[in-house]
Amino acid sequence: MNLTVQSSPHIRGVFKTSRLMLDVVVALLPALVVGTWVLGFRALAVTAVSMASAVGAEWLYCMAAGKQNTLRDCSALVTGMLLALTLPASVPLGIAVLGSVFAIVLAKCMCGGLGQNILNPALAARAFLMLLFPAALTRYEAIDGISSATPLHRMVMPALPEYSLMDMFLGRIPGSIGELSALALLLGGVFLVARKVISPKIPLAYLGSVAVLTLIFSKTGSPVDWMLYSVLGGGVMLGAIFMATDYATSPVTPMGQILYGIGCGVLTVFFRYFGLFPEGVTYAILLMNLATWGIDRITAPRRFGVKKGEQV
Amino acid sequence: MKRRFFGGIHPSYRKELSVKVTPSVAVIPKQVVIPMLQHIGVPCVPLVKVGDKVLRGQKIGDGEGLCVPVHASVSGTVIAVEPRPHPSGKLINAVVIENDFQDTTIPPRTYCQNAEAMDPDAILGLIREAGIVGMGGAAFPGNVKALSEIGKVDTLIANACECEPYITADDTLLRTNPEQVLRGMQILCRVLQPKRAILAVEDNKQEAIAKVKNLLPEYAGIELEVLPTRYPQGAEKQLIQALTGREVLPGQLPVSAHCAVFNVSTFAAIYRAVELGVPVTSRIVTVSGEAIREPQIFIVRIGTSFHDLIEVAGGLNDSTERVISGGPMMGIAQSDLSVPVVKATNSVLCLLKDRNGAAENPVCLRCGKCVCVCPMRLQPLYLYRFEKVKNARELERLHVMDCIECGSCAFTCPGKLPLVERIRSGKQLLKEAKSK
Repeated sequence: MNLTVQSSPHIRGVFKTSRLMLDVVVALLPALVVGTWVLGFRALAVTAVSMASAVGAEWLYCMAAGKQNTLRDCSALVTGMLLALTLPASVPLGIAVLGSVFAIVLAKCMCGGLGQNILNPALAARAFLMLLFPAALTRYEAIDGISSATPLHRMVMPALPEYSLMDMFLGRIPGSIGELSALALLLGGVFLVARKVISPKIPLAYLGSVAVLTLIFSKTGSPVDWMLYSVLGGGVMLGAIFMATDYATSPVTPMGQILYGIGCGVLTVFFRYFGLFPEGVTYAILLMNLATWGIDRITAPRRFGVKKGEQV
Repeated sequence: MKRRFFGGIHPSYRKELSVKVTPSVAVIPKQVVIPMLQHIGVPCVPLVKVGDKVLRGQKIGDGEGLCVPVHASVSGTVIAVEPRPHPSGKLINAVVIENDFQDTTIPPRTYCQNAEAMDPDAILGLIREAGIVGMGGAAFPGNVKALSEIGKVDTLIANACECEPYITADDTLLRTNPEQVLRGMQILCRVLQPKRAILAVEDNKQEAIAKVKNLLPEYAGIELEVLPTRYPQGAEKQLIQALTGREVLPGQLPVSAHCAVFNVSTFAAIYRAVELGVPVTSRIVTVSGEAIREPQIFIVRIGTSFHDLIEVAGGLNDSTERVISGGPMMGIAQSDLSVPVVKATNSVLCLLKDRNGAAENPVCLRCGKCVCVCPMRLQPLYLYRFEKVKNARELERLHVMDCIECGSCAFTCPGKLPLVERIRSGKQLLKEAKSK
């Protein structure tokens, strides 16, 4: 009998890369459903094209670079889906394909592959597309013929959006495919926390700091409304739950995750208030991505057996 | 308020496989192989030579320094004194005894019915002579450990957590002979004079808990603590933290937290040594796992081969992937089933291929789950990364030496990284770098 001699432990838990990735896809489905419902079938088409081209790009890269095929970890599906959800439904399909290829090849594979990349691939691709095609990425179609101005466009004025908070919560507003409904995104977030895919630390710290800052520095007479519109509008919910929690590009220490979430929140509000575009989530998270390794280093957990500040 | 230790995991425990009412006495083998090293420290020098007749319980090896004697576990004739495979994976000098099946036992030497009347030195002497080591797996000489703790501990802990999946040796002992454990605790209390003596059990051993609860009124001063089941509760640093809230200092022993921790099997052995004058010649062993036909609990003579035990338990399934000495989380995989049961062998585990097992291409996602589950608050993913690039300085900064190798990180890792293996190699790397 041939007995295997390997290091302990001899049993492993049920977590598996592909399971975690597919859980993220499932968690994003409510947002995609709302996006398709509100924006039409084209939203679904953009997402499908983006996912397919992400998978294709990874396959081609692995072939070309002579690397082991990594498609089975399903991470390309997540990247393609996340990118699509940040795009308007009206975006030309070629732009979605270009973005996916950029995300997979440049932002992920060429930065060392899964787990090694510094920047969130989907957001890096979005930032890249914003540079090349700003018009295509910020042109939103009108909903029910009311207005094509997203809530954030009005908030730049500054004024409260013309949509009710309930519309914002449910997603009856113009915007990118995946950012419409806070409810759908929250459902996905609860699912991910329940499945232990993510810890709620980063989303809570992120949304919490956005809420606190917009409450304090309200631009209108009703700070609570301003705060609620700020949290529900734009990509902050999608960013906080799905982008900032990307494993490779966020800290692993408990303290670091809170710090990182707060950093994302502060930068988001900062960019929204003082930036060129109404939205700041993409750049806020990308900037914090750069700080991730440094944050981990300064937030190492207290050593077992040593009190805080003590040296051994 | 119940305290808890950091991190930890909830593996599938599979204890039901082997839990029986009473342990069966395993077949007494034709031959026993008694390694001269069954403890941490210096190997014994054999006291017998080929051709010698030995009795059960006769001392057949002893030595100086950090060393406790070993005893014959059957009566018979010595047929070899030579290096033999040992469950640690090394070749270790051993005395091989051909059983005469008479089981002639040497009369108990010195012993005392009433340990309360004995002075601590005499008790420690009996503990040493009986060859007692830490029977939970660490195998540190019992008398040396107790001696180093005299006057320095206020809490004596009997560890019956048995947090490793499958293993039911401590559970069985508490279900069948709880009074031996409690008596052993009283004897060690006489030596160490602690303020508290705690028997710690995880709450998945209800029958054992009930038995102990019934007996407690007769044993003044001993407390029972039932802890919520979580791995690695039975690791001594984590157990001390869960019971007292104290943290053992880095690189130090439990005595730095004023605690002494012994496995319950060790307490039972202390009782038998001191009050019955009987040395360690057998122990309870769980033979379990999905790959064994009839999982069982045996009382096994030290020196019985894994092969013999597996035969008695119905033999191995054809698709057996590994046989492990100890538990699935920290045990050692065996390649040669002729290895003997030693004093610290609590389990022989036979496993099929793990459904959740290693990936073809292990990749770190940086998901951080290893950081969350590490009971020593380390960052296994960074230890892995810096071991890979052989950076001893970073490994030291990240306290690689603090790792207790419990395997919680590797168990949880979705990328199926060989974390424990690499961290162990990282420790070696740091040791070598420091010795330069």
